[in-house]
Amino acid sequence: MLRSMLVLVVLLFLVGGTLVSAQDPVELTIATVNNPDMVVMESFTEVFEAAYPNISLNWVILPENELRATVTTDVATGSSTFDIVTVGMFEAPIWAQNGWIHSVDDLAAQYPDNVQADYGFDDLLPGVKLGLSYENELYALPFYGESSMLFYNKAMFAEAGLEMPEQPTWDQVREFACALHDPDNGRYGIALRGLPGWGEIMAPLTTVVNTYGGRWFDENWEPQLNSPEWNAAVSFYVNLINECGQPGATGTGFTEALTLMAQGQAAMWVDATVAAGFLSNPEQSQIVDDLGFAPAPVGPVAKGNHWLWAWSLAIPSTTTHVAEALQFATWATSRDYIELVGTTNGWATIPPGTRVSTYERAEYLEAAPFAPVVLGLMESADPTDSTRDPVPYVGVQFVGIPEFQGIGTDVSQLIAEALAGDNTVEAALERANEITREAMEEAGYYDG
Amino acid sequence: MTTTYSVTAPVPKKPSRPFENLFSRQSLPLPAIIFMIVVTQIPLILTLRYSLERWNLLRPERRAFIWFNNYVNILQDQDFWTIILNTLVLTLSVVVITLILGMLLALLLNREFPGRNIVRTMLITPFLIMPTVSAVLWKNVLFNPAFGLLAAIYAMLGLPRPDFLADAPMASVITVIVWQWTPFMMLILLAGLQSLDAEQMEASQIDGAGRATQFRYIVLPHLQRYIEIAVLMETLFILSVFGEIFVTTTGGPGIQTTNLSFGIYQEAFSRWNIGSASAMGIYAIILANIVVLLFVRVLRRGRHEGVTA
Repeated sequence: MLRSMLVLVVLLFLVGGTLVSAQDPVELTIATVNNPDMVVMESFTEVFEAAYPNISLNWVILPENELRATVTTDVATGSSTFDIVTVGMFEAPIWAQNGWIHSVDDLAAQYPDNVQADYGFDDLLPGVKLGLSYENELYALPFYGESSMLFYNKAMFAEAGLEMPEQPTWDQVREFACALHDPDNGRYGIALRGLPGWGEIMAPLTTVVNTYGGRWFDENWEPQLNSPEWNAAVSFYVNLINECGQPGATGTGFTEALTLMAQGQAAMWVDATVAAGFLSNPEQSQIVDDLGFAPAPVGPVAKGNHWLWAWSLAIPSTTTHVAEALQFATWATSRDYIELVGTTNGWATIPPGTRVSTYERAEYLEAAPFAPVVLGLMESADPTDSTRDPVPYVGVQFVGIPEFQGIGTDVSQLIAEALAGDNTVEAALERANEITREAMEEAGYYDG
Repeated sequence: MTTTYSVTAPVPKKPSRPFENLFSRQSLPLPAIIFMIVVTQIPLILTLRYSLERWNLLRPERRAFIWFNNYVNILQDQDFWTIILNTLVLTLSVVVITLILGMLLALLLNREFPGRNIVRTMLITPFLIMPTVSAVLWKNVLFNPAFGLLAAIYAMLGLPRPDFLADAPMASVITVIVWQWTPFMMLILLAGLQSLDAEQMEASQIDGAGRATQFRYIVLPHLQRYIEIAVLMETLFILSVFGEIFVTTTGGPGIQTTNLSFGIYQEAFSRWNIGSASAMGIYAIILANIVVLLFVRVLRRGRHEGVTA
């Protein structure tokens, strides 16, 4: 009796188990960064699951630094539990080279049925596509893209009788900043990032270096940080902040600068184009009506003055659900998704900077007055040509080599020391050049 | 002996013998010991192994076994010595300052006064707040030169707005950690003070000892063990402090506030050098042992002197 009941129970479990697993959708684990646009993507989980009942989504949402640490260690050690990872323009080509992520072109050819209908690979902005490719194959799909631009407070400019030219130069920006600087009344001429980190101060600073004619490396990977161009650019940046910029320079990152600008404490700010969305949102900004836009300032050389970046979705080679992952990645980066966000949450909140067609939509152009400037910048940013002299690397505000993350961070620490007044720019750059060369030597760049 | 044994009870004893050995009283802690070895020693052994490799996560093709090169390279790096010095300066200052402040507060709380319980609760609070949270508070609410409280006070007094984290980074970090760890010292010393024999104090008073003499010859020797344990524990924690530095200065400007923990974090997660980060980890273990041994020596000697004097 007991035995037959046991058998029955076991049988029930078996049958039940197979029934459940037959109905069970494939679960995709997605690692992404906690930026507002990604959080919106997560909020559409049910819409996606309703459209594709064979797939369910499991989200791991982390701050940028942690995401990078988690995903890199996971993927590099081959123990990845993720089916889709969010990577930047810096990681995509490097990971592709290491064979850690699938070529999207290959997958699309292999599983044409799992590519979102009417996807339009040709509609992706060419510069963004180039930045996410390795050996002419696309390795990640852009979710949103950004360049850098100049924001200014129109009311302060009108009050002082100043006018922002169509394409400002850094010298003009300095003049404006010093004319409007009034620290005793809590108003600062300009806000610029000073927080150490390759993705913090080094991003805007490298664009200044580019437009002053500098470059990170020459064609033989010899670092150029002690060149006169670097010295001129970094001295300019450091003096501008210290004389006519925000206090607490070395603690100012994107968020802190955004706060200063949004509260009307800064007259100008040069930073990521995504900030335009935040600054025109009345819930986050007190200067919605006074917000002015201009392209990022130029120096003596008219290129590399604005950066190019795209947070993108990539499929790690360790995943066992390649087709489903492709389905989700192409859904989340499609025109349909942009349409979905636009009609549900409003057109000002769509993920920008990925597709030409976005900038042809009347609804978006109306909701986002800054869109034409952004498109111009996104189209003219070229990761393969942003410096006066030739370079062996790809990237506008970064150097597309694995070692850059460490080098960029170390160099930024030295520059922050100069910014804090504990060292001269010249000495900081001399030391920066030394440690960069050491790191490159250790990595085997001069082995021949 | 064995023969008589086997004759009296030959069958039932034999099969139970091996089990008897396995489950004897001495071997009962074995699972716990094995568990401890697995969770504490295997990570250490892995770290030792990684520290002998050239292994950059982003350059898998260059991974190789390089013996002690990582250790040698680290010692030749001038930044490493700055980091060691930072770690020692930070730890020593925090421990000494919290010891003094904690002692003063404990002596205060050892007296009867109205509202003592409320004051004690408030004094303990900093220790209950998470390190990163208190660091964020200090960084933004107090230290921020544009909208921080301290800057506002300076501005009210007509002084220029200071940027503490850039002008005096190490002192600022020490302040934040001292604020957090003083309650720890205070609590342990207070426990010590309350176990002090009241009759002994009375007797010394009758013998004509003043407050200072009492403190020097009765209270301090009595507290020696409490101080020892508090200093030892706090030293171990402060040596590996990370959250406060990560949040407030990210080790900078330059590497002025980078300690060993933060240095290892940067080596591993910004340069992705697993090999040399592991080697730095081993150095950190060695440093912790040296520092703790020194502290114990100094305190022990203090006690002997106290006894002979």
